[in-house]
Amino acid sequence: MKKIRLGTIWLDGCSGCHMSFLDMDERLIELAEYVDVVYSPYVDMKEFPEDVDLTIVEGALSTDHDIKMIKKIRKNSKLILALGDCAITGNVSAMKNLYGSEAILQKGYFDLADLNHEYPSKVVPTLLDMVIPLHEAVKVDYFLPGCPTPADAIYEMLKALIEGREINIHELTRFGK
Amino acid sequence: MIKAKVRVKNFKIDGICVTGQSNQTILEVARDNGIDIPTLCHLRGLSDVGSCRMCIVEIEGRHEPIPSCTAKIKEGMEVTTSSPEIKAAREMILSMMFSERYHTCSTCVVNGDCQLQSKSVELELSHSFTPYLNQRFEIDASHKNFVNDPNKCILCTRCIRVCDEIEGAHALDLFGRGLGTRVIHDMDEPWADSTSCTSCGKCVYVCPTGALYEKDISEEEIIKKREIVTELVKNRGQK
Repeated sequence: MKKIRLGTIWLDGCSGCHMSFLDMDERLIELAEYVDVVYSPYVDMKEFPEDVDLTIVEGALSTDHDIKMIKKIRKNSKLILALGDCAITGNVSAMKNLYGSEAILQKGYFDLADLNHEYPSKVVPTLLDMVIPLHEAVKVDYFLPGCPTPADAIYEMLKALIEGREINIHELTRFGK
Repeated sequence: MIKAKVRVKNFKIDGICVTGQSNQTILEVARDNGIDIPTLCHLRGLSDVGSCRMCIVEIEGRHEPIPSCTAKIKEGMEVTTSSPEIKAAREMILSMMFSERYHTCSTCVVNGDCQLQSKSVELELSHSFTPYLNQRFEIDASHKNFVNDPNKCILCTRCIRVCDEIEGAHALDLFGRGLGTRVIHDMDEPWADSTSCTSCGKCVYVCPTGALYEKDISEEEIIKKREIVTELVKNRGQK
């Protein structure tokens, strides 16, 4: 059987969902029989590859780089799974929306900084005005909420996708789980 | 006061023949017959206002669905409580509630004990179909025991009803219109300065979300005693 080409990426999130992924423990060995991880913080791959079957995206979209990445992911992946509340609702990442990016930068780089009072302009990407969930930028195929999504829910979801059967994710996880 | 004569009416819910009294609502008769209709702003013991629209049902011959908690039964009516259209409408309503204000479950004090959150599981809402509005409201934490956070309010008005109908104080009411509507104390004064509030805490207990909560209690400890009102009303022998 041809292995599923799996990508995972961590955008504006805390990496907790990726930690949860690792919390599948010995079940990772079982999954490794069915999937090839072709792009991920877990593997050393610089460019997002082509012909990815499934990309698991953690985190919301909060910079111009996030937008560029999610568009590339959509172009190169057959399916996208939004993993965790940040990817689905904005969650903690979107908390700054209530005050705006300008206020956050002012707080971080001026009010609370002891030296070098200036906004970052090189290397780091530019913040968007509003942090948005994935589905407000691209089509998302599956949603798996949780903060972080429990390892059991990730396992059941991946197993179901591998075996091509439907599952009710609402029995496994919910917003804020 | 002359009481209107109560009559017995026969009608159908989901094709099942049911009987109710003419002063009953569709929701009451449905529940008496073990037919489940999802609700959110409804709380047994309080009056019904139909503000959340979660309990909408279809009536044969009517164009638009109506909230079953406020609709009185009629002889021969045919009610449908669940259809693809109703399901889609309920999902959209719930979606709008989530996106209208700032319901971040993971940072909310009632995470795990929230009726909006549990509704997303019950109605199997995967994500919000409407874009987030990112509105911000000032939090009123002036009261010594309680906090009013309009960012998590769904405007169900349970707090207003319990304060008026059970406590008899009517310290709370709605202020403003549309998306900017919020629950206020007295003439929009800080909660601590409200002279009509008795600090009984019933509004906090009945709140379905984390909009009203007790101070100095962590997420793990919080228990909303929503059925306390139903018990109270029962003991008073009102309903």
